Amino acid sequence: MSTTEERSVAATNADGSERRRSAGRALVPDVEVRTYYDRSVLKRPTWKHWIAEYFFLGGLSAGSSLLAFGASRTGRRALARRSRLVALAAVGGGGAALVADLGRPERFANMLRVAKVTSPMSVGSWVLAAYGPATGVAAAADVLGVFPRLGAAAEGVAAALAPVVATYTAVLVADTSVPAWHGARGELPYLFAASAGASAGAAALALTPVAENGPARCWAVAGALGEVAASTIMERRLGELAEPYHTGRAGILSKAASACALAGAAVGLLRGRRRRGAIISGALVAAGSLLERFAVLEAGRQSAADPKYVVKPQRERLDATRPSESE
Amino acid sequence: MSMTLPPKTPSGGRDPAAISGWAQHPDRVGFFTDTSICIGCKACEVACKEWNEVPDDGLNWLGQSYDHTGELGADTWRHVQFIEQRKRPGTADEGLDAPLIEHVPLAQLGREEGFRWLMSSDVCKHCTSAACLDVCPTGALFRTEFGTVVVQADICNGCGYCVPACPFGVIDQRRGDGRVWKCTLCYDRLKGGFEPACAQACPTNSIQFGPLDELKVRANRRVRQLHEQGFTDARLYGADPDDGVGGLGAFFLLMDEPEVYRLPPDPVVPTRDLPAMWGAAAKAATALAVATVAAFMAGRR
Repeated sequence: MSTTEERSVAATNADGSERRRSAGRALVPDVEVRTYYDRSVLKRPTWKHWIAEYFFLGGLSAGSSLLAFGASRTGRRALARRSRLVALAAVGGGGAALVADLGRPERFANMLRVAKVTSPMSVGSWVLAAYGPATGVAAAADVLGVFPRLGAAAEGVAAALAPVVATYTAVLVADTSVPAWHGARGELPYLFAASAGASAGAAALALTPVAENGPARCWAVAGALGEVAASTIMERRLGELAEPYHTGRAGILSKAASACALAGAAVGLLRGRRRRGAIISGALVAAGSLLERFAVLEAGRQSAADPKYVVKPQRERLDATRPSESE
Repeated sequence: MSMTLPPKTPSGGRDPAAISGWAQHPDRVGFFTDTSICIGCKACEVACKEWNEVPDDGLNWLGQSYDHTGELGADTWRHVQFIEQRKRPGTADEGLDAPLIEHVPLAQLGREEGFRWLMSSDVCKHCTSAACLDVCPTGALFRTEFGTVVVQADICNGCGYCVPACPFGVIDQRRGDGRVWKCTLCYDRLKGGFEPACAQACPTNSIQFGPLDELKVRANRRVRQLHEQGFTDARLYGADPDDGVGGLGAFFLLMDEPEVYRLPPDPVVPTRDLPAMWGAAAKAATALAVATVAAFMAGRR
């Protein structure tokens, strides 16, 4: 009969059979995880591509509101106007993406039926309900040239809420049982904040005349580098749970995101003071930010699909605490 | 809100209905599923579908012993599992990791060689600290006066947040409908003073329904009895009010490790870490605000 040596070689199913998947795909290396016919313990997130796009657009909008606030306070009128318009367009598009992802889009208003601090999505809905109209008022007052004080006040509200808009989405995904998300709960807010800054800087860099694009260049470059740094630190701290970020579609997306961000930062540093360089840099950094959001979404899906990522850490935790019986 | 667990009752259980706004409420009820006497008849699956008008979930050959259902989901609220093991019932660990069962025709497996069939009827756990309920942004998910967790189909807008939140992979979105569905512990029947359909249909009393405190007394007695009879791998799952989800409203007696039954070995409600997560977000948000100032200071030069 089998021995413990055999046991350590092959992962086993509940019935003692070898896990077929480990032979077919390299996704699951040889670890001893017992499962029910290899079925996932968790349900895969039902969120479609809209959610990654919303994360990107929400971050872009939030970053742009901060840029608009800074630009109008330092007399950069071209940068301020463009950032205000980007902020409004992005939050509008992001909101539409959120509604499109709902199973019952006609019931989107139910998001404001209650206010719950235990639900980051509820918190986010209420913040967006204040933030969205504020960007609208700020942009309208600027473009139409009316109510300058109201416009300035709205811009202040949008800028004050923007850091929340940029980071609450990280808490939203981390507050799930998905191992690749919950395990990265300490790092995801920094990754999302950097990604928001990068995309807003990138958009402003591509759209603003060279004379006023200093802060935008600064943000695009720093944001892109920050994004790469945050994802590197995140994957290092995740240990074994970083695997979903390296493998499969998420791995490809993640590598493409870093490549775009680094290339965009390099172009921004070297050629960001010229119009064409600014446009190329902006496009690359924005692409990097968007790809990073898709990478995070896909890594979550992959980690939810494989029971190993759920069972192994929990089994190890349990075996470590079992002798004391205190936990 | 389950960032704080409901206080313990005198009997050692937890009372989630009390902190959910139910001043006057009946005893917390739930299921004790004793898998040691499940015979795999699937009467619970059928009764649940019939009573709750749950749509069919496909006629599939899954290659999972007699399990052609797969797992719990939007259209499966009770799920009977079949686990084939080369192991003599009542022995501790002998022959647990025998080769593929398919290599030997079932009929040739003598009793002395060792073969056991584990069966279990899985169901929504109606957690004390329910992640689905915590994260639901619309209030569609709510805590009933019986301490159970139920989705209001007329409120749910299909945002899908509860789906990855659940540590047990229970609740899911129904295709073509868009909303999420799961076991209601037959809320309508409870209101009428009846027991849930699955428990009533169960011919062996593997599914027991009643006040949770009573069920736990019965379950502990059953574990002692099985241990005395030599079934030393019998153990309770989800009966501990101090575990990561504050104990389950539907707990189990298992004959092997939880993961063998597609149950997480040490589930933790993700919202337990919510204050720390908002803390990290606050720091990152502050960094972003500081970066704004820095960019315009640097750009000024």
